[in-house]
Amino acid sequence: MPSERLLDACATLRADPSLSFDYLRCLSVVDYEDRFQVVYHLWSREHRHKLVLKVDTTVESPSVPSVTGVWRGADWFEREGHDLFGVEFPGHPDPRVLILYEDFEGFPGRKSFPFHDYQEW
Amino acid sequence: MAVEKEKPSWGISPVVPGWYQAWERDSTLDLPPGSTAEGNVAPPAPYRSAAPGVITARMEDLLALARKNSLWPLTFGLACCAIEMMSTYMANHDLDRMGIVTWPSPRQSDVMIVAGTVVKKMAEPIRLLYEQMPEPKWVIAMGSCATNGGPYYRSYSVVMGVDHIVPVDVYIPGCPPRPEALMDGLLRLQDKIQHDARQYGGNNPHPPFRGDALPGGSVLERGSGASETGEAAGA
Repeated sequence: MPSERLLDACATLRADPSLSFDYLRCLSVVDYEDRFQVVYHLWSREHRHKLVLKVDTTVESPSVPSVTGVWRGADWFEREGHDLFGVEFPGHPDPRVLILYEDFEGFPGRKSFPFHDYQEW
Repeated sequence: MAVEKEKPSWGISPVVPGWYQAWERDSTLDLPPGSTAEGNVAPPAPYRSAAPGVITARMEDLLALARKNSLWPLTFGLACCAIEMMSTYMANHDLDRMGIVTWPSPRQSDVMIVAGTVVKKMAEPIRLLYEQMPEPKWVIAMGSCATNGGPYYRSYSVVMGVDHIVPVDVYIPGCPPRPEALMDGLLRLQDKIQHDARQYGGNNPHPPFRGDALPGGSVLERGSGASETGEAAGA
């Protein structure tokens, strides 16, 4: 799904009484090297059904609108995705570093991160 | 006589290896009732006849005896080693019988047991805790992570051994070490305290360490330095 329509789709998924996805179970980022993919796992407590939503974004400037306005629980998921993969989530209320420390350079979740010749105290 | 060729008997065991040398636990290190260790024949003192049964000892030895038998570890754990550490504190491997009582504040603690993986985000709080502990203080690196990074060697987020941050007295191998290993490490630390009292007097020499992880040395000093520069910028 294109990222422009993500917020509309999420609002519909949340509000529609026949869908009623009121719980974001997991938000993860996948590095396919030619693109990044943000995956949303949704769950409806009322209907007890689930849905997986996938959004592609580019490697050059990865950016997906934040869904914290729809599901508040996306807050730390998106901060983690930004720490490890460098995906921007415009609209996030608190885009600070969550997992890594300040001034960390690079994104260790990416496949291009130099794991094996990483040497620093 | 052979006794006169010896050094003045101001120690109980004249041969004391350095702290860096491997040594076996030696029962002669504990203060014997009379100094009967081999090679150490004390000259007969006048008070022996005046007050029989009186034992003399150096003040450093007595202080070390008191210190090593009431080691209070700072209560904190970082990873799975802390589970083993907790079970060591529990009734099965009772550490209370050695006088080792956990204490939840660095201000009254003697020994810091670094139990677990030291991630870089945790480096500065650990250094701060260490500097808040009063002298004399000792550090035990428990497990392979705290020793040299262990399975996270060259990871982007893990410090390659806690001796990059604080001087370490005793390293305990294992992943995680069994409670018996931790107890052995604590006994080694007790030996080391007694050794250091013999060798260095009242001073507590910290082992050399690679303090290259955190720039600027003391975290506390850096904190005051930042405020000073802030005031200078404000002025």
